[in-house]
Amino acid sequence: MRLPASFRTTAARLSALYLLLFGLCAVALVFYMTALSARMLASQTQDTINEEVVGLANAYQRGGLPLLVRTVERRSRQPGANLYLIADANGRILSGNVESLEPGVLDVEGWTERPFSYQRFGEGERRARSAAVPEAPAAESEVRHAAIALVLRMPNQMIMLVGRDLGEPERFRVIVRRSLMAALGIMGLGALLIWFFVGRRALKRIDNVSEASRRIMGGDLSGRLPVTGAGDEFDRLSENLNVMLGRIAELNEGLKQVSDNIAHDLKTPLTRLRNRAEAALGGAPGDKGYREALEATIAESDQLIRTFNAILMISRLEAGYSAEQTAPVDLSEVVRDVVELYEPVAEETEVALAADVPAGMTIEGNRELIAQAVSNIVDNAIKYTAGTNAAPRVTVALEKRGGEIVLAVSDNGPGIPEEADRKRATERFVRLEQSRSQPGSGLGLSLAKAVMKFHGGRLDLEPRDPGLSVIMSFPVGKET
Amino acid sequence: MSILPAEFREFAYGDPMKILVIEDDREAADYLQRALSEAGHTVHVAGDGDSGFTLADTGDYDVMVVDRMLPRRDGLSVIAGLRSRGNSTPVLILSALGEVDDRVTGLRAGGDDYLTKPYAFTELLARVEVLCRRANIKDAETVYKVGDLELDRLSHTVRRASREIVLQPREFKLLEYLMRHAGQVVTRTMLLENVWDYHFDPQTNVIDVHISRLRSKIEKGFDSPILHTVRGAGYMLKAA
Repeated sequence: MRLPASFRTTAARLSALYLLLFGLCAVALVFYMTALSARMLASQTQDTINEEVVGLANAYQRGGLPLLVRTVERRSRQPGANLYLIADANGRILSGNVESLEPGVLDVEGWTERPFSYQRFGEGERRARSAAVPEAPAAESEVRHAAIALVLRMPNQMIMLVGRDLGEPERFRVIVRRSLMAALGIMGLGALLIWFFVGRRALKRIDNVSEASRRIMGGDLSGRLPVTGAGDEFDRLSENLNVMLGRIAELNEGLKQVSDNIAHDLKTPLTRLRNRAEAALGGAPGDKGYREALEATIAESDQLIRTFNAILMISRLEAGYSAEQTAPVDLSEVVRDVVELYEPVAEETEVALAADVPAGMTIEGNRELIAQAVSNIVDNAIKYTAGTNAAPRVTVALEKRGGEIVLAVSDNGPGIPEEADRKRATERFVRLEQSRSQPGSGLGLSLAKAVMKFHGGRLDLEPRDPGLSVIMSFPVGKET
Repeated sequence: MSILPAEFREFAYGDPMKILVIEDDREAADYLQRALSEAGHTVHVAGDGDSGFTLADTGDYDVMVVDRMLPRRDGLSVIAGLRSRGNSTPVLILSALGEVDDRVTGLRAGGDDYLTKPYAFTELLARVEVLCRRANIKDAETVYKVGDLELDRLSHTVRRASREIVLQPREFKLLEYLMRHAGQVVTRTMLLENVWDYHFDPQTNVIDVHISRLRSKIEKGFDSPILHTVRGAGYMLKAA
């Protein structure tokens, strides 16, 4: 079962492909090299023969036929000698070291077109002598060699042949063929080995990843895929998948928090609602009592709807909802509009609302969300500052600070003195003790924080003396 | 027993309208039918998208109230289908989906206004009345007149009994919207949407403060009140 699986891996397929490619390349290379060296050897042979011919021609000029024959005889006897042959006009062999050759070789003048076979003088006898059993024909054929030669017709119509045995190139070819076979064999073996080890290793790691993902699918959301630390593509893949799993776990956690919050914080007002209806039913019947109870019920339901909307919105924002709902937003205009919206309220509650908003600060974002966040913060500032001192004031300042556009809403109210409280203030449903008496869902700051996170910015609370600054920092990266 | 608050009924409503309600929730549909009839309108109800489409296509309605999620054929497809057949009856979409992009897709499909469930009936009634009168609207008029109050949209001036009243730009827009819908109830969210272009609910009721400021400008020193508060609903501009 193991092997077929291994065969199906990418590694096996790649190994086979590479083997094929390398094999083809090797064969082509060897053929090219062989052809090249054969041509080189052939031209070397021809050079040698030409030199011989020049030497013999000299001898013929100096001493005529007798000297030529003597020179040929002498050279023929040297060990490893070339082939020499002198024949009469009819092709009968007169002198030289060639006993017989393929018929027709002497008929054509010039270079022989293809290698021919021949037999040297004495070889037949030597062979016959060494062979105890007379197997002459076989022996004879065995000692025939291939050669190439230059055939010349002398002025007196006699024929001279000077040639060279091709034994060397033949041997060379055999060696090349053998090494080619060996190389191909080694390559095949190597490919098999590589495929076996690499393929099996990859298979094992993929099995590990599959195993881990099965565990995670089984419900263990905290599980992560194995990372070996090799930093290769498997590790990168696992790391990315782990980041994805982390994000999923985060979202899951958020969802759980939302349902917890809904369960806990919506049940309280619902209980209140129910109690009120029950009390109205149990009390003395009367148009007035019922009316009050019903009005209170409607008011409570409206508040519940508002809370519910805020929770939904925060969770959708935190889930990174509809990022396509963004466009260039003139932050200056949005802030000015919100300040203008709250100006009458500030005046009525005798809070001095001042704004320092330079024009033309633009970011990429969602106007509606930003307006809602800013209005929540300004609303809070006015609400918690009103009537707390002789000259309550709220200032809204927009400025470019480093790589950010910063909106600071500062007041001179009681603020939030404890750092821990400031941290908690932006959490969902947290209403600090001091603010219990004020109306609100406790979601205003959390919503603003979610909006800032959605825009890639931050929401910070900074203490002032006296008062509080709520700082919204928008990244300016996408400024248009 | 009456559905409309007593204060609401004090104000005479405009001409009776023929309204089609496409809503699959039986109880909600009954409630709407009863309440709208009480306000003096003729109401037909369809329980699913298909029959709603047929009714809308054949009947001649002044305004339609369409739930977004309907059996057989969803609300947006009903509206888009009607629009492609050249039916331009104003449509108020009702939906449980209230996010900004849901509203945008709803209006893009051909809806004229969008109301998120759960809603107050007074809010729905006010919107339906305003929608219906959008057909014969005062777009072309450059001067709005209500009683002795006059608003010139070109020169951006406001006069009452020939006395000029100086308004801030936003106050002018607010008054313009109220005068455009004079004699109709205008809710706080309608004002927030149309005058400020905000679709969220500010925590403090900022609109009331803007209205009382505007009211003091156009009523102080004059004989009669002209900007009325409709309890449990909103405001109405109406000559005494």
